[in-house]
Formats: sequence, C-alpha cells, structure tokens
Amino acid sequence: MNSTPTNSFAFINPDSYGLNSGQKIALASGLIGLFFLVLAVFQVEIASNLTHFILALGLLGFGVIYFSLAAYRQKFAGIKNDGVMFNSLSSRGIIGWLIGISLTAFYIVLYFYPSFLGLGGNDITNSGLIALFDPFSLWLNGNPATQWFVYGTLYTLAILVFGFKFIQKYWHNRYQQLRTISVMFFQLGFAFLIPELMSRLNSDTFKLPYYDLKSIWPLNYYNFDKYRVNSFIDAGDLGLALLIFGIASIFIITPILTYKYGKRWYCSWVCGCGGLAETVGDPFRQLSDKRLSAWKIERWVIHSVVVFSVLMTTAVVYSYLGDDSSVYWLTKPVFLSAVAGLLTVVFTLTMVFKRKELGKDAIYGAMGYFTVILVLIGLFVFDQNDHVFFFKSSELRKSYGFLIGSVFSGIIGTGFYPIFGSRVWCRFGCPMAAILGFQQRLFSRFRITTNGGQCISCGNCSTYCEMGIDVRSYAQKGENIVRSSCVGCGICSAVCPRGVLKLENDNLKGRINPTQVLLGNDVDLMALMNQR
Amino acid sequence: MKHIVIIGNGISGATAARHIRKLSSYRITMISGESEFFFSRTALMYVYMGHMKFRDTEPYEPHFWRKNRIELKKAWVKTIETDLNRVLLDTGETIAYDQLILATGSKSNKFGCLGEDLPGVQGLYHKQDLEQLERTAANQKVCKHAVIVGGGLIGVELAEMLHSRQIPVTFLVREKSFWNGVLPEENSELLNYHIKAHGIDLRLGVTLKEIHSDNQGKVKSVEIAETGEIIHCNFVGLTTGVSPQIALAENSGIATNKGILVNKFLETNCPNIYAIGDCTEQTDPLPHGRKSIEAVWYSGRMMGETVAQIITGNRIFYKPGHWFNSAKFFDIEYQTYGLVSSRRNMPEFEAQIHWIHPDKTKGVTLSYDKNNHLFLGINTFGIRMKHETFDQWLNDKITIYQVITKLEQAQFDPEFYKSYVNNMRPALLESLPNLAL
Repeated sequence: MNSTPTNSFAFINPDSYGLNSGQKIALASGLIGLFFLVLAVFQVEIASNLTHFILALGLLGFGVIYFSLAAYRQKFAGIKNDGVMFNSLSSRGIIGWLIGISLTAFYIVLYFYPSFLGLGGNDITNSGLIALFDPFSLWLNGNPATQWFVYGTLYTLAILVFGFKFIQKYWHNRYQQLRTISVMFFQLGFAFLIPELMSRLNSDTFKLPYYDLKSIWPLNYYNFDKYRVNSFIDAGDLGLALLIFGIASIFIITPILTYKYGKRWYCSWVCGCGGLAETVGDPFRQLSDKRLSAWKIERWVIHSVVVFSVLMTTAVVYSYLGDDSSVYWLTKPVFLSAVAGLLTVVFTLTMVFKRKELGKDAIYGAMGYFTVILVLIGLFVFDQNDHVFFFKSSELRKSYGFLIGSVFSGIIGTGFYPIFGSRVWCRFGCPMAAILGFQQRLFSRFRITTNGGQCISCGNCSTYCEMGIDVRSYAQKGENIVRSSCVGCGICSAVCPRGVLKLENDNLKGRINPTQVLLGNDVDLMALMNQR
Repeated sequence: MKHIVIIGNGISGATAARHIRKLSSYRITMISGESEFFFSRTALMYVYMGHMKFRDTEPYEPHFWRKNRIELKKAWVKTIETDLNRVLLDTGETIAYDQLILATGSKSNKFGCLGEDLPGVQGLYHKQDLEQLERTAANQKVCKHAVIVGGGLIGVELAEMLHSRQIPVTFLVREKSFWNGVLPEENSELLNYHIKAHGIDLRLGVTLKEIHSDNQGKVKSVEIAETGEIIHCNFVGLTTGVSPQIALAENSGIATNKGILVNKFLETNCPNIYAIGDCTEQTDPLPHGRKSIEAVWYSGRMMGETVAQIITGNRIFYKPGHWFNSAKFFDIEYQTYGLVSSRRNMPEFEAQIHWIHPDKTKGVTLSYDKNNHLFLGINTFGIRMKHETFDQWLNDKITIYQVITKLEQAQFDPEFYKSYVNNMRPALLESLPNLAL
C-alpha cells in the first residue's frame, strides 16, 4: 500500500499566510474603492459626486467586511496570529512603510493643505475629494463638506468596518466583541451623528460649537477656548448644559468611572483615538516598543504633555476673564486660585496617602506640580493680560494645537501606526490618558490578575500589548499588573496560551502584590520570601 | 567571594541565578551553549508560527543580567573536574567554582528505529531544533508532507506549527487515543476530535517501523509497522517524549540513573554540586505523590527557587505543592490541578466524573476518592480555572460535593464569558453516588 494523504478530509481549510480567493476579491474591491477616492483628489470625474461617493466608500467598506469574513470565519474561533511576524504589513516590511508614508502624507495635507483636497470657501465651491462628500454633508447637516467632514466620515467608516473585522477575529471572546461594539457605537453616534445633527439646529441667532460629547478635556484641548465658551453661553440653557457637562466630564464623571473600572472605560470602550487604534490599528499592536528605556521616555513625554496642556488651558481661560468681580464672579485671580487650589488638593492627598506607591516617581510628580504652581504665580505677578511670561497665551494655544493636536496625535499617532504601533499617541502623548492613568495607578479597583504559578514566560502577552507594557515581567512573578498606561484592551488575556491573565475590578486592598516565590512551591518558603 | 557556576540557562538555571542574586552578593556565572540569553523554551513554537520573534521569547533584556551582575558565558561545558572544583569549556577555558549547579535540561528521546538519524528527522526541544526545522520544513514547497511520531504535548505542538505553514501532517500515535497515558479517555477523545477537525491526519494505535531515505540520503517516506503502509514525506518529527540530559554529569563521575540523582536538598553525590530541573531524578520521595522525574517548566522553576535558598544558607528541602500544569491543543486550553489519572494509571481508590460540552471544545473531569469522597483533582478544557482556589481546596481536603457546589468561585475566564458551571453542575452531580453529606 502506498499513499500520500491529502488534506481533503479536513473540516476546515488549513490556516495560511497567503490570501485565499475570497480575501483576494475583497482586497481588489477595497483597492478599487481607494483608487476612486484618489481619482477624486485629482479631480477625475467618473460619475456624479453622489454616485462616485457611494461607489468609493461602498467598495472600501465591502472590501474590509468581505476580507474579514473570508479570513476568519472559515476557521475555528481562536487566536489568529499566524504569520504576523512574517507579514510585510504587520512587521515593518515594505508594505508597512508604504502605508505609513501614505498615511502621514494624508495627514499633512489634511491639516495644513486642505485646498489640495479641494476645499473651497469664500464663494469658491468645493472640488475634488471634498466635493465628493458635499451631497452627504448637505443631507446630514445642511452645509457643504469641509476637510473635517471628509475626515470624520472616513474615520467613522474605518472604525465601523475594521471593528467588524476585529469582531470576526475575536469570535471566541465576548470581552473583545462587546468593547468593539461599544467603540463603534460611540464613534458613530457621539463623535459623528450627534454633532452633525446638532449643527442643524444652528441658525443666525443660535449657534452651538461642534461638540463630540465623549471627547473630554484635556484630550479635547480646545473645549474651553474663548469662542467655544462664548457660543456655549450665548446658546442659552442647552449651551450652558453642554458647558457644565464638559466640566463635569473631567472632574466628576471620569474619576467615578475610573475608580470603578480603570481607565479602560474610556480608552478602549469609548474614545475615538482608542477606537481607531483598536480596530484599524489592530494589525500593528505588536510593534510597540517593550524596552524599559521606552517606558522611561513614555513617562517623561506624557507627563510633560499634561503639564503643557494644563498651563495652556489655564492661560487661555485666564486671558479672556475679567478683573471686576461685580461684572462676573469668575475673575482672573479667582480662576488662578481655583486652579492652584485644586492642584494643591490633588498633590497633597496623593503625597499623604499614596507616597509609598509612588516611590521614586514622587520627586518627578512634585517637580511637575511646583512647575505649574510657579507658572501660575508668574502669570499673576507678571500680569500682562494675555502673556504667560514671554508667550502670548494665544500663541501658546496655537503651538499646542500644532504640536500636540496635529503633529503628535495625527501625524505621528496615526500616520506611524505601521512603524511604532497603534497606540503611540495614547501612550506617549495623550494628556487625558495621563490623568486617567494617574488615577488608575493609585485609586482604582481595576487590575489584571495572574493565575497562581501557571505562567510559562512565553511572551505572547508582552508582544501583543499595544501600550508596550512588559506584561510577562509581572505574570511570571505571579504579580498583579497595575500600570497607569494599561488601557484594559484585554488582548494579553486573550493571547495567553495558559489562561494566566484576567482583567478584574475588585477591592483596593491587596491590589499590588509583589511576590518572590510563586504558588506551587513549598508554602513555608513562599511565606518567608513574599513577606520580605 | 564565593563563585557560583550554573550550567544551563533555562528556567531552572535562570531562576536559581536570579534568586541567589536576590539573597546574596556571590559571584554568579551562568553557562549555556544553546543560547546567549535565557529564553522561554515553551514559546519556540510561536516563533515558527510567526506570533513572535525569537527575542520576544527572552523574558529579560540584556541589561538585566549586567545590572544584576550575573555573568553569562556562551559555551558548551566539556567536563566537570569534580576533584578540582572547575569546569572545562569547549573554548578551552576553565572556570573554577565554589558551588556548581547543573541545570542541563532534557533531550529528545530516540528509540533506535532505522533511519532516525537521517537529515530531515528531528525532535523539538532546543533552539537549534527550531533552526533545523526552519531549514527542512520552511514551507509547503520544501516540505510537501510531514509525519510526526509520538502523541504527546510536543507532538501536538509540532502538528500545530507545521499546519500553520500549510504543510500537511500525518500524526502517528501509538496509543489508541491521543495522550491517553496521561488523560482520562473522555478528555482524550475530545482532543482526537479537535486535532482531526483541524485537518491533521491523526492515526491512532500505530507505530513507526522504519524511515526510508532517497538516493540523496534524505527522508523519503516512513513505513507503519502495523499496516505496512508507506507514507511519503520530507520531514519526520520524533516527539516520543524527552529524558534528562545526563551525559555531562555521567562523564564527570556524578551519580546518575535516568536523571542526575539528587536528594531532597538537590545535592548530587559530589560535594558542592547541585542539580535542578528536568535533568534531575529525586532519590527521596516527594510529597503529594509527585514523580521523581518531572520535565515541566514549573518544577524547574521551583527547584531553582529552592536551590538558591540552600546555597545562600537556608537549608530547606525541595517540597513542591499540589501538582498543576497547563497546555494548549490548537485552540483548546487545558489546565490541571491535583490528581486526575488516565485509565492506565488509575489507582483503585480514584473515581472520575465528566462533563463535555456538545460542541466538543469545552469539558471538565473531576476526580475524587471513592472511599471518603474527598476531591482529588480536576482537568479543564476550554475553561480557565483558578490555581489558587484549587490549591486551597486540595489543602483543605474538601469533598467532591463541596467542590461542585462552589465551582464558580474557581472560574478564571475573562469578563462577559458565558459560565458553564450551571450547565455542568447537574450532569456532574447526577454521576455521583447519592450520599447525604
């Protein structure tokens, strides 16, 4: 008897690195859709704007959806990371670099040269890509499209279709599916539809600023700019309610939810930046830098951004407040004292109750605090109306918007997905993440627990951590993972082959549990070593 | 200053080094010919499958070893001169020690079958095995068909690896059901189904007779002993288990049997020489019915923790707790706590109850003592359970009824996962003898 068995009796197709025929069709569809968008940029008309728009976005969306069905649903539910390190797209290969460069170029044009995309204005009608979105924009909010409308539409579409892909990929994991549905919902409803529909309410006498309700200061660094605050106030009760909501978001809602669930409630369930990173950015999560040196840089950069954003916002608000308390109670001195007072309360409480947990970082925290306070005093002493020392507050605001808002969050944060991984902005730049992380580290019920002695140090958890946390270094010691940067995406737990990691909300007591000897060994030895 | 030399940089050696550093300022040198740095052997499969790069399997960055003053030496040790307290390296160098720890690990078993030394035939244990695999079975073009011989954990991992590169696999297993020398039949059957469902040509109850070569001396085919069937292949994986790597100790006059013989203080017969991990064979009986040779990650780590205490002056003995282990078979995770025997090894007092989900990707088996109904152990498939909880229950010596009643306390599945405890509880209780307790 002589035989060469084949796979023909297999219930499913073997996993592969190459593309199957379904994936190829899907890829072709997506590329044609993209090509149609490029045609529009170069003002090539292939049909009416509406038809062209529907065709391009339809083919793109269909491509991604069909691709994910073809890629994942033919197989058993489970971890789908075969070949990630060999794939040019996901391992900084040529395709990765090409996409990175294209995305970066797109962001530069979007932020600084929107006229290249066909932006009109001042009696000039839109053309090119932006004109393509005019019919949809008119239907939704009654106005012609802008570059931001184009960006918002593409952004939302991307989260929806790549969110669909992510759900197919994690078909066995309800945590992953639910949080993906959540980011899809918040992007579509809160970031896109509600603000667009709200702008329909605007008229000559009534005008609300464009407000994505889930975008909280300081991520939404412009929320307390003069023009916005004015238009909130001018818009009567509704506007005032929105302004109060904006303040309550950071000072009341955020601390409560972060205490209960950790910062994941925002970063991987609600936030739009996080939403894009988790869906479109998923193929790049393993590219984050896990080295200790990267962690050091991360802490310096992100906390500098918080200090910068607090100062910038304070200076901006300070510049448009008055001096006369009989006109309005919130005057310059009152405002400055309030900011200083709040920071002092937070600083004092932390130093009194959490000094031990901060360790060496307490020094840096104190440095940050005193820098801010000194600048606040400087602002008051050298009161030159709208100057913070030598900088005009409006200049400060402008450079923050340019450096942090555009270059960091957009160009580096998203354009460099295929090079630095999907959470560069969230990890190194987002001031909101820093504030939530500070609370998560010190005062939250959230932690990732490890399962006794079961870790085999394989490194899947660290490799797939998009925030560059060396999860393994904790898991192999049987220690809970309590890190300010953890966004609670839950992928470490999903990829663990031995069932070691679990995201949990539980008591504050025993949350940080350094261990030397793990469960499984002599109990006397464990007690001896772990007490030290 | 006392100089501690460790031969082997696996989990046992690396753990010993780390803990000796924690507890002392002795000079520490760790020697390995296999790799420059400690890496996770169990993660080699993920490198081949493209989940990780090799450096991702290294739990510590290079600066960790420098910072902790653990000197690393990449070389093979030729001999140990036990009377002169020094080791000879293949580089010609000699290193003197005050105390020596052998942590030389395991080697793949061979069984004397004709053709087992041909190019294209290999086991999977060392980093070098992975490099060899990348040459002989890089893809479907260079390897049109692969045969794996031996149905254990490494065998099924190798099957998953080759399958991930679309290489068709025939998996020859001597037993009538996969890994049923370790698992109860009900568990083993679940895995038979899952392995076949992934498209692996699983052949049960067959053994390898011979490996044939082509005229270039490479693997051409294998012959099955029972049926005489010839299967053409370019690669043969021999995964019939591992055994302690004792050659170095043996040649240096250190007492060995199957493994390097150590007492409960992990001491060999030579003064100042200890041995830990896979390479050891315990001469004193261990608690909880633990075996004298255990080639698992966790035992190596625990011996490393223990030997560090002994060497730094706290002369405790190696006392592992209740048995635990875990593995993953394609998409099915497996965990075990306590004693759950296969049919072949079942002691007279043990009885088992089972629950298997109809989709055959989840199941549990609990074992208990027939005579007093005390809980003995659990196997779980596709469901995560808490090590700490079962360890506590085993210490507390509670009954099988109590365990089933509070099984949800041991759940460790991620948030929002469906709990199967309520599905399994009636089935489990039903198969228990109805005793009022």
